[in-house]
Amino acid sequence: MRIGIDVGGTNTDAVLMDGMSVLAFTKTPTTPNVSDGIVTALKQLIAASNLDVSKIDGVMIGTTHFTNAVVERKHLQPTAVIRLGLPATVCLPPMVDFPDDLRAAINGRYFLAHGGHEFDGREISPFAPDEIRRIASEIKAAGITAIAISSVFSPVNTSFEAQSAAIVRETIPDANITLSSTIGRIGLLERENAAILNACLRDLALRTVAGFKSALAEMQIAAPFYISQNDGTLMSADFASDYPVLTFASGPTNSMRGAAFLSGLKDAIVIDVGGTTTDVGILQRGFPRVAALAVQIGGVRTNFRMPDTLSIGLGGGSLVSADGHRVGPQSVGYEITRKALVFGGDTLTATDIAVAAGYAEVGDTSKVAGLDAALVSAAQDRIEELINNAVDRMKTSAAPMPVIAVGGGSILLKRPIVGASEVVMPPHFAVANAIGAAIAQIGGETDRIFSLAEMSRDQALATAKSEAIDKAVAAGADRDTVEIVEVEEVPLAYLPGNATRIMVKAVGDLKEA
Amino acid sequence: MERTITSEQVEPIAIGAGVLGTGGGGSTYLGALWLRETIKRLGSPRVIDADDLADDALAVSVGKMGAPTVSIEKLAQGDEMANAVRGLEAHLGRRMDALLIGEIGGSNALMPLICGLQLGLPIVDGDGMGRAFPELQMDTFSIAGLDHHPMALGDSHGNVIIFHKLDSTHRAEQYARVLTISMGGEAGLAMPVVMGAQVKQTLIHGTLTLAERIGRAVLNARRAGSDPAEVITAITHGRVLFRGKIVDVDRRMVQGFTRGRMRLAPFGGGAEMVIDFQNENLIAYRDGEIVATVPDLISLIGLEDGEPIGTESLRYGLRVAVLGMPAPKELKTLRALEVVGPAAFGYSEVLFTPMAGDLL
Repeated sequence: MRIGIDVGGTNTDAVLMDGMSVLAFTKTPTTPNVSDGIVTALKQLIAASNLDVSKIDGVMIGTTHFTNAVVERKHLQPTAVIRLGLPATVCLPPMVDFPDDLRAAINGRYFLAHGGHEFDGREISPFAPDEIRRIASEIKAAGITAIAISSVFSPVNTSFEAQSAAIVRETIPDANITLSSTIGRIGLLERENAAILNACLRDLALRTVAGFKSALAEMQIAAPFYISQNDGTLMSADFASDYPVLTFASGPTNSMRGAAFLSGLKDAIVIDVGGTTTDVGILQRGFPRVAALAVQIGGVRTNFRMPDTLSIGLGGGSLVSADGHRVGPQSVGYEITRKALVFGGDTLTATDIAVAAGYAEVGDTSKVAGLDAALVSAAQDRIEELINNAVDRMKTSAAPMPVIAVGGGSILLKRPIVGASEVVMPPHFAVANAIGAAIAQIGGETDRIFSLAEMSRDQALATAKSEAIDKAVAAGADRDTVEIVEVEEVPLAYLPGNATRIMVKAVGDLKEA
Repeated sequence: MERTITSEQVEPIAIGAGVLGTGGGGSTYLGALWLRETIKRLGSPRVIDADDLADDALAVSVGKMGAPTVSIEKLAQGDEMANAVRGLEAHLGRRMDALLIGEIGGSNALMPLICGLQLGLPIVDGDGMGRAFPELQMDTFSIAGLDHHPMALGDSHGNVIIFHKLDSTHRAEQYARVLTISMGGEAGLAMPVVMGAQVKQTLIHGTLTLAERIGRAVLNARRAGSDPAEVITAITHGRVLFRGKIVDVDRRMVQGFTRGRMRLAPFGGGAEMVIDFQNENLIAYRDGEIVATVPDLISLIGLEDGEPIGTESLRYGLRVAVLGMPAPKELKTLRALEVVGPAAFGYSEVLFTPMAGDLL
C-alpha cells in the first residue's frame, strides 16, 4: 500500500492507495513547519482506514514549500557561482538577470574560470585546476557553502563541472554543490539560474526532508519515502535534499497525473478549477506536456522542464459583474463560504451562477432564485468563452481531445467545451494532487547534442534512449517496466546538417524492495 | 544630428527590431540584456544621421554571425565585434569614423550599439535591410555593388581573420559560414566597409529611430489597452492583413535553413491565411490569393500584447495579428528585387506586387 501526500499552500491532502484503488483520503490545513500538518493528515488517514503501518510500502510527498521560499525570498542561503567558459561568456555574467532583491537575499557572488566546451565538444579553453583551487579558497574565506557550478555546453560534456566540484570539495569539504548539467538544458543563463536557485535552497531542503522523516518516524512508518518532481516522477529523500528545485510546479503536475489515473485517460486536456484560478494543462502519454519556452520562477528565467500550464482568472469564487458580462479575475477566494450569495453573503460569484443555472446544488439555492435570467445567461456565456479559449490555446492541433475536469470549482463546467470529444469528471477529484503523488513513477532523462558526422541518426537516437533508460534504472526504476515516453529532436539551424539536439525521457515503475 | 541612447530606450528598440525582423533575426532578449549592462558600464551610445558623415569618412557594419542555439549557450566574450573592427582598421591603416547596422530586424539591430560604446564610435541611424534577411548579400550595400572585402571575423579568444579579397557574395557567405562554425558556431562580423558618400546613397536611413517609434507605440498601446496592430501599421504605412489564430505549422530543415508554412484561421469564420517562411515570413496568401510577398514586410505580433513572434516560436493556438508593411523603396528597384525578391527565395513563378507606399 502507498500513501500519497500533497502539501499545498493552504491544505495538506493525503490518500491511502492499494494498487489502483483509493482506500481513504483526508484534507487538513497546512502548518507553518509542514511536518505537523503531515502528522495530522497521517493520523486521520490511519484512523479512517484502520491501517497497520507496517503494511505501507512507500510514502510519496509532493510539496510547494521550495517554490514558495524563492517567491517569498525566505530561508535562502548565501550562494556563490563558478562559471567555466573563459574567455567566452564575459558579456553576461551570472545572475545578470536576477531581480535585485533576490540577488541580495542570496548575497550572490560569482567567479569566472577557464574551461567550457564548444557545441561540437572541443574545449573552449583547457580546464585550470589551480584557478578553481584559488576560487574555492576565496569562497571558503567568505564562509559560503552553497555553490552552483556551470560550464558552457555542459549538457554535451559534463566533465569540467564534475572536476571543478571535486576540487572545490578538497577545500570546502561540507560544500553543497549544484552542477548546472544535472538540472537544465542548453541555454547557459537559464540553466545556471536554475542551478543557483537549487544551491540557495539546499539548507532548507535538508531541514524540510528531515522534518518529513521525523513526521513519518513519529507515526512509526518505516517505509521509504519519496518526493515528487515536476515531471510526474519520484526522487528519493536524499536526492530531494540535493535537488529541491526539481519540485517546482510539482503541484499542477500531480494534479494532472492524478486526473489521468482517476479517468483512465493518457492523452487529454486537464482543467483544474479552483477558487480563484483555473489551470489548464495537457497530458501526453500520461505525463504533463513540458513548457517549451523559458519559465520564470520568482522573477528568474529558467529552462528546466516544467509542466506547460495556462492559468486564467476564473474559479468558483470569481466575482461576477452586475450585468453578467464580466467574470473574474477578482475572486473572493477562500472567503467564498462567507461571501457568496448561496452561503448567505452579499457577493455575486461564479458559484452562484452555477447554482442559479441548475448546474449544482450548493448552499441555499433559494438565495439565487431571484437572479435575473439574462444576467445568469450572460455570465454562463462568459464562463464558457473563457474555458473554450483556454482549452484552445493549450491544444496542439484542431483535433478534438477528451477533457478531464478536476478541482472544487469544476461545477462551473456543465456546458459543452469546444474541441472536447468528451468531458470526464472523475471521482475523488478533490484529492487528485495526493493521488498523483501516490502513483508517481521513476524517470530518467538525457538531453545533449549529437554530431551526425560521427554516427547515423538512428545510432544517435538509440544511444540517447539507452542513456535515458540507464538513468531511470539508476534512480530506482524496475528495468522491465521502463519505457520511453518522450523523444524530441531539434536540428541546429545555421549549422550544416551534422549537429542535432536529442532529448529523451524514460519512465518506469518503482522497483519493489 | 547627434543624440544618445539611454537604458530606457533599449526595450522599445528591441521590440521594434523584433517587429521589423518579420519572423527572423533572432531573439533580442540576450542582446537587450547585454546592451543595458554595457550602458551601465560605459554610458550611452551616440547615434548620428547618415548626412552627418563626411563624404570621405569611413564606416563599417558590425553584427554577430552564427547559430541561435549556440548563441544562447556560448555567450560572447564581448570584444568579438570590436576586435574585428580593429583588425580592419589595422589592415586598412585607417580608423573608422562610425559603425553601421547591417540588419535592423532582430538581435543584430542591437549589436552595433554595444560595439559603438566599446570603440567610442557613433552609430549611423539606418541599416542595410530595413528588416531581416537570411543571407549576407541580401542588403543594400551588395545590391549597390559595393565590395564585400575587406571583411573580418573575430572569435572569443581575440583571434581575427581578415579577408583581403572576395570575388563574390556567394563565396563571402560560404567562407564566413565555414569559419564561424570552426570558431565555435558564433563570431563577430565586420563588413562591408563603406565610405561616407556611399553610406548616404545606399543606407536605408532612419530605421533605428523607426524601430524605437514602433516599440514605444507598442508599449503605449499595452498601457492604454489599445490595439497594437493599428498603431504599428500607422507608423509603418502598412495594414493589418489578418487577425486570427495559428491552426497548423509545418517545418523542415533545408540546407541549414528552416523552411515552413503556417495556416491561420480567422476568428468567427471566413477565409484562412497561409504564410510561407524561411527563417523570415516570405509570402502571405488569403483564399489562395497572394496578399503580400517579400521584400514587403510580413510580421506576426501577439494579438493583445503586440509582442513580435519569431518563426521559431510559432505554434498552434497563438492569437496573432498579421501585419503587412511596404518595403523601403531601396529594396524595390529591379536590381534589388533580383537579390531579395520572391525568386531569390525559390518562388520564380511569383511576381512581386508591391503594397502601396514605402516603409519610411
